[in-house]
Amino acid sequence: MSEATKAVVKDVTTMASPVSLKFRARAGKDLSRFLRGMKERRIVGRVCPSCNYVYVPPRGACPTCGCPMGDERVLPETGTITTFCIVNIPFEGQKLKPPYVCASVLLDGADVALFHLVGGCDVNEVRMGMRVRAEWVDEADAELSLETIRYFVPTGEPDRPLAQIREHI
Amino acid sequence: MQQPIDGVLEAPYVMEYTYRRSLGPVMSAFFTALRDGRLLGARTASGKLVVPPLEWDPETGAAIAGLEPAAEEGVVTAATWVAAPEPRHLLQEPFAYALIQLDGASTAMLHAVACASLEACPVGTRVKLVWSESRTGSLRDIRCFEPVN
Repeated sequence: MSEATKAVVKDVTTMASPVSLKFRARAGKDLSRFLRGMKERRIVGRVCPSCNYVYVPPRGACPTCGCPMGDERVLPETGTITTFCIVNIPFEGQKLKPPYVCASVLLDGADVALFHLVGGCDVNEVRMGMRVRAEWVDEADAELSLETIRYFVPTGEPDRPLAQIREHI
Repeated sequence: MQQPIDGVLEAPYVMEYTYRRSLGPVMSAFFTALRDGRLLGARTASGKLVVPPLEWDPETGAAIAGLEPAAEEGVVTAATWVAAPEPRHLLQEPFAYALIQLDGASTAMLHAVACASLEACPVGTRVKLVWSESRTGSLRDIRCFEPVN
């Protein structure tokens, strides 16, 4: 770098270079039924007729067996935290103030975990095996969105032993 | 969220990364000069003027010898037509995107040319730089180029 170059370096030292990718997303038939269930404050999954795995959100085909999925199943609003993380880092577009908890919640009767938020307790109380239930938004605020579940809150029941949920982690 | 007739839900989905990058010494100088209404190029050791400037000589990889003012007039070396500008474009009327080799420069820079049609902006067209009224230190400080009569 020459002295001549250095001499003109002033205060424009950064530039905004945002990347914005605009899509129109189609949910597909199964996720559409799941989202309609959300608006009615119901959690809809689907059962594989071959391996009997219950997927939530439902899918058109079983990822393991490859066969078309069978019956729909309405799942209870209670479940168990399999894994979780405490979010401590602020970032743009964040809806909650850190620290807060994101967790995989294995609903009772489901075989795959649903990824959502955990609220209603101190972040340091959250643990693997913790029993939780969905806290819904008011009926009038229910939308075609997973955000119709505000977050999962602890039920106070005893934890499920890890051995019982290990295959679902 | 819309509900098309086949029952499948559809919605806009925008993914955004709000990056801000640091410019480094050469591009800092270039954008600072733009903000002040001056266009700079990089002079290489072999005497060529690279506009917009690069930090390194594109032919040899050597550090540039320095920055110096570039001409605000030049010629179109290639052009394409933007028939339907999007909100993110600086010009909202149809315009040409052109490679413009400024007088004395050995490289061409990409920018908008305000003209009525692509036919009005053939290769070899002489154009001149039009500054934006408010400048912030970005390539948008150049509003566009215009054909010179």
